[in-house]
Amino acid sequence: MIITFRLNDEDIHTRVSAPISLLDALRDELGLFGTKSACEQGECGSCSVILDGEVVCSCLVMAADVEGSEVTTVEGISGEGVHPVQTAMHEAGAVQCGFCTPGIVVTAAALFERNQHPSTDEIKEALAGNICRCTGYGAIVRAFEELARE
Amino acid sequence: MTTTIGTRVTGVAGQVGESPARPDGIEKLRGEFEYAQDLHSDRMLWGATVRSPHPYARILSVDVAPALAVGGVHAVLTANDVPGRATFGLEHPDQPVLADEVVRYWGEPVAVVAAEDDDTARRAAAAVVVEYETLEPLVDPEEADRVDEVFRRMTIRRGDQEATGAIVVEGYYEVGMQDQAPLGTEAGLAVPDGHGGVDLYATSQFVHVDQEQVVASLGLDSSQVRAHPAGIGGAFGAREDVNLHIHLCLLALHTGRPVKMVYHRSESFTGHVHRHPARLWYRHHADEEGRLVRVEARVLIDGGAYASTTAAVLANACYFAVGPYRCDSVSVDGAGTRTNNPPCGAMRGFGAVQVCFAHEAQMDRLAAALDIDPLELRRRNALASGDPIPTTGQMIETPLPTVEVIDSLLAMPMPDPSVPEDHLHLPGGSGLTTESSHVVRGVGYALGIKNLGFSEGFDDYAQARVRLADEGAVVETAAIEVGQGLVTVLAQIARTALGVSAAVVRNVDTSQIDSAGSTSASRQTQVSGGATLEAATKLRERILAEFGGDRLDDDGVWKRESLVAPMGQVTAAGLSETATFRHPPTTPPDEHGQGVVHADFAVAGHRAVVDVDPELGLVRVVRIDTAQDVGRALNPEAVRGQIEGGIMQGVGLAIMEELVLDNGVIRNPNFTDYLLPTILDAPDVEALLIEQEGSWGPFGAKGVGEPPTISSTAAIAAAIRTATGRPIERVPVRPQDIVGESAG
Repeated sequence: MIITFRLNDEDIHTRVSAPISLLDALRDELGLFGTKSACEQGECGSCSVILDGEVVCSCLVMAADVEGSEVTTVEGISGEGVHPVQTAMHEAGAVQCGFCTPGIVVTAAALFERNQHPSTDEIKEALAGNICRCTGYGAIVRAFEELARE
Repeated sequence: MTTTIGTRVTGVAGQVGESPARPDGIEKLRGEFEYAQDLHSDRMLWGATVRSPHPYARILSVDVAPALAVGGVHAVLTANDVPGRATFGLEHPDQPVLADEVVRYWGEPVAVVAAEDDDTARRAAAAVVVEYETLEPLVDPEEADRVDEVFRRMTIRRGDQEATGAIVVEGYYEVGMQDQAPLGTEAGLAVPDGHGGVDLYATSQFVHVDQEQVVASLGLDSSQVRAHPAGIGGAFGAREDVNLHIHLCLLALHTGRPVKMVYHRSESFTGHVHRHPARLWYRHHADEEGRLVRVEARVLIDGGAYASTTAAVLANACYFAVGPYRCDSVSVDGAGTRTNNPPCGAMRGFGAVQVCFAHEAQMDRLAAALDIDPLELRRRNALASGDPIPTTGQMIETPLPTVEVIDSLLAMPMPDPSVPEDHLHLPGGSGLTTESSHVVRGVGYALGIKNLGFSEGFDDYAQARVRLADEGAVVETAAIEVGQGLVTVLAQIARTALGVSAAVVRNVDTSQIDSAGSTSASRQTQVSGGATLEAATKLRERILAEFGGDRLDDDGVWKRESLVAPMGQVTAAGLSETATFRHPPTTPPDEHGQGVVHADFAVAGHRAVVDVDPELGLVRVVRIDTAQDVGRALNPEAVRGQIEGGIMQGVGLAIMEELVLDNGVIRNPNFTDYLLPTILDAPDVEALLIEQEGSWGPFGAKGVGEPPTISSTAAIAAAIRTATGRPIERVPVRPQDIVGESAG
């Protein structure tokens, strides 16, 4: 079937050959490798994208279900430059292996879109679905606390 | 060897001791960094693996015809198709590339498939018909020990074996099977070179040892296989062993097409080794002042079906069985068993983690028996430079600031003692499971010690090459960046030694440079860092000699105050220097476990503050304070990142992370049932870095990756004991260890 949706501010018409997830469609059909596959069951947040304003795990969304929707991936958040959440993480040393990082960028960008000055608890609650195995989260929290103060 | 550097180079940012941002940080943040999962090649096929559904069975027949009949399938290979050595292994090649006749653990590979796409490959793998005769698996490590199914036994005897103390405490402890759970699963791409050879790009911690194993099993000449470092989503020990590497190369050479494979999460849990579960028996003797008179221990770790690194993990567990304490009468008996459980091998802390949980519980028992403060007891026994290691008798020649670690922990401020009111900060969190009036607080301490680098006579070296090019200093190495920041720190070392601002680290394949050894044992900053410093120092001296100068900077070579060769002229000369760094030699142990078996040591300590609901058995780790012996922090922010990340894996082992086995079968191979700490589980962490000169690492640096994981688990267990009065003799601590009659 052919699905039509907005992806990173562009109209997309793409053929999806099987009942695949949005994650697989992004990576395998559309060549957007920034969204990561790590647990395949919505536990780790590595595949987070913004779907019609909500952060979702793209591994849990069927590609066919985004018909008519608006999807933003890490590539859309990055654009041509560097998003403030990316700068904050870079400067705070919040990136190690980086596999969780795109998902955290997406989740944090959505958080700061709706709340420019989140408290530490609000930051943690927003990121509760994003598992990072390297940093212990300390530098991630510091990055966004700093950004929230700006 | 101690390399000293004189004055800092002025005007160059990002030298050692600073915390420059990662060179790959922006790429990773933009989702542009290429991981092994993201590799692509024209005409690429996808591979999938047929795995045993039984922990122990005889293979009666394998019928690949139904798989070959699936449209789009190009190859289905079994043990008969392995042209070279039928087995592989990091230390002992005892594991079949593909099982032949017998499967010895649940999930063992039996056949591999290549097909046009991932889905077809997996469907074809499911279509392979394997007929098994199931056998009774050996899953009890104590039974394996009794029937002598062991990979290694260790016997350590030091000092007077008849010594006894006025105070004796005994204990039995268990550690569950932890998984590294790196976020990136195993992945790779093998590309045939058209001349019978192959290029492999796969997740790894040690490409040269992967290459050797691929060469052996493919029956090729070493020059025909090139292993390339690929982008990695975490490692923590899980990527030391070969898993899909040989399979990918077999399929690529068989089909003549590039083949890619990416393990799914559930497959990843069977595709890599785990932390060894352990059973530990201890008897500590002390005098009335609390000084250790004798420590006796029995250490049993289960290696599972194949050897992997069990021999080395067992040795480490036995060598560090006493902890960072003086004791002149020691007896340790260790065994690493062979069973039909999943194979176990390297994970951050490598044997030292398991015994730390036990020796620290023993120290607390001793403190309670003597009515001495637990930290004061540790202080009275603290191991220091110049002392012998209690197990091996090896004199400690580098700094070992155990006393400083203890004093630092004592001096660090405690958090607000009141239990929070907000549910988000209570055990159980936003599940609203408890009230603050039901919560009790506990504080616990633990110290741990571990070797740095490889031990027991292993020729542990790393090679690095440094050259000056238009882009600046270029460091070439096969050392694997797993996320820890090696690419940052090697560039810092090159900048500092050369005096130039721009420096990049390039990972090159196994044909272009000699081994850097494994990214494990906390060793790369010391060993590859040492090679980088030596190569960069030699290059600077050579450049100065070549151009007759006395100073090198971004402008070029200077003699006194005049520029004798601008940088363009220097880089055009194309000079490079290669260095191979070896740490001080070690020896294998004698029959009593004695000898100079280690190259260096690091000590760390943790203070854990926990809140516990004793009726529900829920725990929240509120805070961890730590002091760590780092030699010299070459990048303080990266060191802090290692400390915070290592502590979280210690939190995981303390209260939630365990692979649950049922007669050899993993019951929870997924992130829904294998629980990993989230940001809401993360305690506040304060870290104090203890810097002392004297280690042989570059600028006196010690490895920092493992110590945070060693004693954090034990400190949390101690804090739960304090809060609940329960013995807590097993980690991870489960609700039933806190609640109910059996635990009392």
